[in-house]
Formats: sequence, structure tokens, C-alpha cells
Amino acid sequence: MSEARDEILGAIRRALKRGPLAGAAAAELSERLARHPRNLIPARATALDDESRIDLFVRMAEEADATVARVDNLAAVPAAVAQYLAGQNLAPEAAIGGLDDIPWGETPLLLLKRGPAAPEDAVGLAPAFAAIAESGTLMLVSGKDTPTSLNFLPDTHIVVLRREEVVASYEDGFDRLRAAAAETGEWPRTINFITGPSRTGDIEQKIELGAHGPRRLHIVLVAGRENG
Amino acid sequence: MVEERVRVALFVTCLVDLFRPSVGFAAVKLLEEAGATVEVPLAQTCCGQPAYNSGDRESAKRIAEKVIDAFEGYDCVVAPSGSCAAMIRCHYPQLFADDPAKRARAEALAARTYELLSFLVDQRGLCRVNARWLRRAAYHDACSGLRELGIKEQPRRLLASVEGLSLSELRGAETCCGFGGAFSVKYPEISEKMATDKEADIVASGAQAVLCGDLGCLLNIAGRLSRLGSSVEARHAAEVLAGMAEDVPPIGVPR
Amino acid sequence: MQLQARDFPQNARAALGEERLQRALSRAPSGFALKRAIAVERLPEFESLRERGRAIKDETLAHLDFYLERYEENVVASGGKVHWAKTAEEARQAVLRICRSVGAKSVTKGKSMVGEEVGLNACLEANGITPIETDLGEYIIQLRGEPPSHIIAPAIHLVKEDVAESFRRAHDRLDAARSLEEVRQLCAEARAVLRPLFLAADVGITGANFLVAETGSSIIVTNEGNGDLTQLLPRVHIVMASLEKVVPTLEDAATLLRLLARSASGQEFSAYTTLSTGPRRAGDEDGPEEYHVILLDNGRSALLGGEFQDMLRCIRCAACLNHCPVYGAVGGHAYGSVYPGPMGAVLSPALFGLEGSAHLPNASTFCGRCESVCPVKIPLPKMMRHWREREFERRLGPRPYRVGLQLWAFLALRPALYHAVFGLLARLLGWAGAGRGRFRALPFLSGWTGARDMPAPEGKTFHRLWTERRRAR
Repeated sequence: MSEARDEILGAIRRALKRGPLAGAAAAELSERLARHPRNLIPARATALDDESRIDLFVRMAEEADATVARVDNLAAVPAAVAQYLAGQNLAPEAAIGGLDDIPWGETPLLLLKRGPAAPEDAVGLAPAFAAIAESGTLMLVSGKDTPTSLNFLPDTHIVVLRREEVVASYEDGFDRLRAAAAETGEWPRTINFITGPSRTGDIEQKIELGAHGPRRLHIVLVAGRENG
Repeated sequence: MVEERVRVALFVTCLVDLFRPSVGFAAVKLLEEAGATVEVPLAQTCCGQPAYNSGDRESAKRIAEKVIDAFEGYDCVVAPSGSCAAMIRCHYPQLFADDPAKRARAEALAARTYELLSFLVDQRGLCRVNARWLRRAAYHDACSGLRELGIKEQPRRLLASVEGLSLSELRGAETCCGFGGAFSVKYPEISEKMATDKEADIVASGAQAVLCGDLGCLLNIAGRLSRLGSSVEARHAAEVLAGMAEDVPPIGVPR
Repeated sequence: MQLQARDFPQNARAALGEERLQRALSRAPSGFALKRAIAVERLPEFESLRERGRAIKDETLAHLDFYLERYEENVVASGGKVHWAKTAEEARQAVLRICRSVGAKSVTKGKSMVGEEVGLNACLEANGITPIETDLGEYIIQLRGEPPSHIIAPAIHLVKEDVAESFRRAHDRLDAARSLEEVRQLCAEARAVLRPLFLAADVGITGANFLVAETGSSIIVTNEGNGDLTQLLPRVHIVMASLEKVVPTLEDAATLLRLLARSASGQEFSAYTTLSTGPRRAGDEDGPEEYHVILLDNGRSALLGGEFQDMLRCIRCAACLNHCPVYGAVGGHAYGSVYPGPMGAVLSPALFGLEGSAHLPNASTFCGRCESVCPVKIPLPKMMRHWREREFERRLGPRPYRVGLQLWAFLALRPALYHAVFGLLARLLGWAGAGRGRFRALPFLSGWTGARDMPAPEGKTFHRLWTERRRAR
């Protein structure tokens, strides 16, 4: 390939006092990449049962200034969204991605628009791919029905999260993604780990929410019957 | 208390030798009370840190070899300074990284070299001293001792046993006072700012005295305190622990 | 106006006299450092993670060529392109070529220290392309024509009044009577001004905190979301990253991410950690159509295998800046380098030459706080000392200082002479200082006595007294 490429790789090898890795040495590193072994994972979330892990997620997400509403099942999501928007004095409109299995039609007052977010959209509504209990972090991935702009352009970001999607660690999230990618044969362009709304501390180290991304992050946690 | 008498060589340090011999005698007294036989090898000068930290590695090595020679044959080497002790403990072996024979000697010395207060507590099991001093004092953690040798609790534990002494924690106790050896004369304004911040923290603590285990920091702190007209006294902790604080005036105060 | 590293002492003196700068710097101890301490306290595994982080980086550096090749393969497989750049100039040219190929007029930028290192903005402007910094801190200093003073908080040297003045000057079409007294108002104004610029940009340029060999992904960590808008909205996304940013796997990245946010800002996790792999997929409705990575060496490969290799572990968290008392006293601009503070004191001479940056590794008391907070345990003081050794070997330091040092070493190697000289000095100074107990001025030591008194010696050296007392027994 390029001259610079060869020179840089050559310089690295000279500094490391060896030629290109081959044979067993290269095979060992390839195997490391293929096996991607886990490093130390903090016990904070890994040692918990399902319920406590979900509680930890909620606690950490709220600590990061997200808000969380728990609903019993998917059918209750539209009302929860409408209620949240009303509570924030926002119009009942949203740009939405995915979430086809939710019976939106039963809440006629909610005006939904499919496709990527436009600059004027005030609310983005998107599904979580997973959620990381350890730090209250949502994991969202880009795809055909889940444009990334929903997560960043609107002032208000609402994410629907199902209880079985709450995992302990980032590593658990990556494993889920690897499994999903193996099924579809495609690794997503964008993976967003989102912990609370947008913020900045760039002026006098004073934290202000809503720097460039959403000012509000609201999570609708579908807890299923177990939460009953 | 450990019973057998150990032969301890005192590494006086150049600053104690020149400025504040009382710290050396306080160290001798404390060591003897802790069951040590103290000797002072006369062939000692300086640990070589000024050369080492200025990039003069060759001079540092030559000085280190002299120190290694001078302190051969003692059970332990003790310095009333975390900075000098860390130079021997942590840096001498690195100086001779490419010379196995010299490195082995450097490592042997490093392994039996200690800072005074941590030696008393960790090696001699000392829990309390027989001293009395009526003061409200604050302790400044000298950087080398704190971060290179892990000295934090030892001086506080010993000082807590001094009758009449109440120890208050200094805000920013672990923040450098701005001494840094040659740093203080190479970048005097930055050093001044750091020393001024230290002075402010000391004054804010309400302490009548500031104690520390390193004379370098103390000269800097005492010098800045007196320049700013503060009446807070500065002393090496060994003087207080040895019950000698009433015998000598604070640093920078005439007899 | 950009300060020079060779003028560090003068820069520092000026910085110490700037009231607003000192006001801004005085916030530091209660800011990042305190938040980090709390975050570390909450995670019992933090120390073990530091050890693991160091090991990951060391293992990567030992096989850097292998992981870079695998990384490139995976970028290409996902539809992206890697541009290798040996020097800053090659990196700038690569960016220019890409921008020209799409006829770019304006470029939004997420915060990138590599972008600063290669001086990208000046190059774009000179070629008729408008660079728009979108990180709030970077935006502010771009308006002011200043370099960043901190590697994660570029405008940390400013107070809100400075920002308000800059906004009034730059946003001159807005109502002059508007209030800009609150930080909240300043943030809102920046958001409103930048939003249309995000939407209009032709190319988005971000840095990368990590590159993942396993997947060919670049990772950015931000709090504002500006980096995400930068790489999402324009047609082209360019990532600028230096070689050592590569890590083997997502698992390795996860470990380092746990260290990064806590060490940097004391957050459990930054608001946005984003992995980008190639351009938008066939079915995607948004995202860039082109994805390019500029992989910059600029002196880094020369650090491998030598005494400065450990510096390549750096993950740019800025904990060393946030805990450095020297940085805390003078701020970042005084260093006169893109990379200030302890990490910069080691990196700047390596990247920009020792001659111009020799002050930086000297401007440390070796208090060791930087090393004690470094998430990947870089022995920063040790490497600053190595630079001082290079400086000494090349006789770059001031002559009086070198002579003084040699005199000291001469004495230290001759115990008898040393004790005689010290004995004399102790008596002389002890006698002269007996009245006040201290000196307000001393010849050759004005650096010391300019700011503080020099306590007077007691009069006799310890060795003298010890010998006398032994004899008396």
C-alpha cells in the first residue's frame, strides 16, 4: 500500500527489534482477537440477581440525570410517553425508530413520525439495544429502523428499554452485539453508549445539561409481569 | 517492641548536617530509645539527589557508590528524610540497572534503608513516645516519603502519643509545598505560589505549628511563613517526638 | 498569540500575575481532582484496573505493527479507508485531499488533540475551508484565537466573564442587550449558534480515544454530544488518531474506558461513548457516506523500544494535569505546547524537540502526584528525569547552574573536604544569621530569598557536634 504505511510499520519493527510477526506469534495474537478474553470486570453489577441489577441500572441512570419510568408491559408504553411529554409541557409528537411491536395506535393523541430526526423535531423516541447496570448506561445501535440522529438532534430523548435487555457490564453488551451481528451478518455503523443527557463543564467546571445533544433523557423501562 | 539491638547507621542528610543538627540528635535519641545502636559513618556526604534530579546521572552514580561504600556493614540505614531515604531505596538500584554487580550492592543497601519515622513504627514496632509538647499542630506530608515510601500514618500515630499535642489535618496535606530542590531557585515564582498556598492552608487549619519529616520542605515552608509574617512555627517531627522541641527554637527563629 | 515553550519562566511569571486566570485555576482542586477521588473511592477494583490497563497498553505496544495492520484490515472490510501519515504535514495533506474531493467549504470538528498537534485549523483556513470547533471549550478558544490550555477542558483557564466577552464580540448579530451573566445562558447561546453550522458542514472531523483492532472501530468519548453530531451529520467523517490509540479488543477498550472517565472528570462513564465502524450501511437512513481514518505517527514510533516508550500508554485523561501543582499554579498556556502539564513535559520534547522544550521536564518538583493518579501508571517523573539527562548530556541547561552542580558533586565525592567546607559554611552563616535566625537576602540565592527567608544554620554541623560529643564521652 502507501509508502508512509510501509515506513511507519518498518519504523515500529525496527524499534521493536524484529520483523513482521508470523507463524505461532501471529497466530497467538489472532487467537486473542478471535477469543477477545474479558479483563477484570468490577463486581458491582456482575454479582447481582436480575431484580437488583435492574435496580442498580435505574439508580445509576438517575444519578447521571436521566429519568426513569417503569411500566408493566409494552402496551403501557404509549401512555407513559404521552404522560411524560405532557409533564414536560411538550407537544405529543416524536420522531421514532423501531419499536414496531408497541401498540402506538391506541394512544391517538401521540403523533409519531418514522425516519431520521429532522432539525425541527423536538422529541426522539428509540429502542435500547441493551443497558449496562454498572454505570446506568444505555446501549443503542444504528440500523435500518434506528437512525442515530434520533439520539442526538432532538432536545428530548426517550428510550424504551426492556428488562431483559439490562445486562451487568459493557462486556455483556458487546457479547449481545456479537451474537446479533452473527445473525444479521452486519456490524452496526454506530454504537452509542449513553449515560444521562448531554452536558458540559467547559465553563468554570460548572455542569450544564443539554450542551449540544438532548437536554433530557427519559427511559421507559418495560418491566414485564415480574415487576407486577 | 523488637528486642535485639540493631546497628543503625544514621544517614544525616546534607540539610540536617548544615542547617539543623538538632534533627540529627533527635533521630539518634529516638533510635536509641527504640533499641538501636546508632553510628554515624563519617565518610557520608549527600545522597546525590541534586545531581540525579538535574540529569547528571554520572555524578549521581559516583556519589551513590560512595554512599554504598560508607554504609556497608550496618544492619540498617536510617535517614530523617523521606526524600533521601527514597533516593537510596527507590533510585539507587535504577542507577545501576546495567551493572549487575553494582546493582546487587545498591539493592542490598536499598533493602535496609529507611526513613526515620516509618522505621520506628514499621520496623521497630514503636507505638508511642515519651514526649510532651503543648501545641495545636498540623502535619505536612512530604512528597517523596508519602508517594515513594508510603509514609502517611506512621508520623501521625507517633505524634498522637505526644502529651499535650493536638494534631489537626491540613487541607491539601498531600500537596507539594513547592520546594523541589533546584526547582525552588529555577522557578522561584511558581515555587513561591505553591508555598503561599501551603501557608494559607496552614493558617486556615488554626495550627500553632507545622510539622514535617523532611527538612527541605521545612526550610521552604518556614521561610515562606516568616516572610509572610506568620507566627506559626515549623519543626521536624523528630524534634517533637524526641521531646527536644523545647530545647531548640523553631526553624528560622533565633536562640 | 501563541506562547513558546522556551519562554516558560516568563510565561509562568505572567500567568501568576493574571487575576482572571488565577481565579479560574483556583477552582481546580474542588473540580476534577475531588470528583476523581470520589469516583475512585466508589470502585474497589480501581487499582487492579490500573494494573490491567497498563498491561493492555504494554501488550499492544509490543505488537503495535500487528494490531495496526489488523485494525486497518477491519476498517477496510467495513467500507472505510486508512491514511497513514508519518508527519504532521502528511496528516494535514491527507485531510485536505479528502476535503477537496468532496468540495468541502465548512468542516465541523470534535475535540481532537491530534488535530491541535498537527495544526489542522490553520491549514484548512489557508486553503479556504472553514473549520468550526464544536466542543464548547474548543469553540470558545477558537473564537479567541487561543490554543487549548488543557487536553480535556480547553477553556479551563477562562472565567465566564471572558466567555461572555468573546461571545458578544463573535455573535454580533444577536441582541446586544442580552444577558450573558450565567453559565447556563452562555451554553444555550453556543448551542443555538452552532446547531445550524453542524447541519451545514460538509465534513466532520473527530479524534479518537481508542481504535479497536478486532472490529476496526474508532471510539470517541464526549459529554456534550458534539462529537456525535460532528460525525453523524456531514457526508464525510474523518477520524484523526495517533498510532498508539489502537487496542486489541472491545474488552480491552472497556477496561480502559472504565479508567478514562473516572480519571478524567470523575464520572462513572462519560455521557457519550460512541463506536464508529465504517460509513453508513446500505439500509441506514443517516450517517456519513465516507469514513476515513488518518493514522498519525509524528515521532511516536521512535519512542518505542526506548526509555520513553511508557509514554505511549497515555490515554489523555488529563489526571496528571488536574493533580499537578505546577499546572495548577500557571495553567496550560505557560507551557507553550499543545500538550501541557506532566504528560506534556514528557511528550513535548519527544514530538517537538528538546531544544525548545527543555524547560518543561524541568518545571516539576518531582512531587510524584501525576504518577500516583495516572490510570496506566506512566512513570512521569522518571521520564522527565530522563529528559533532564538528555539536556545535561547536551549541555543545554544554564551554565551557572551546571557549574554549581559540578562543584557540589566535586565536594560530595570528597568527604573530608565536604565536611570542612560545610563546617565553615555553618559557622559563617550561623554567625551571620544568629540575630534574626534567618536571612532575608543571600548572594547567589536570590531565587530563594526573593520569595522566602532562608532559615539560618544553628552554627555547627551535625558531624562536628557528633564528633565533639563522642570525644567528650
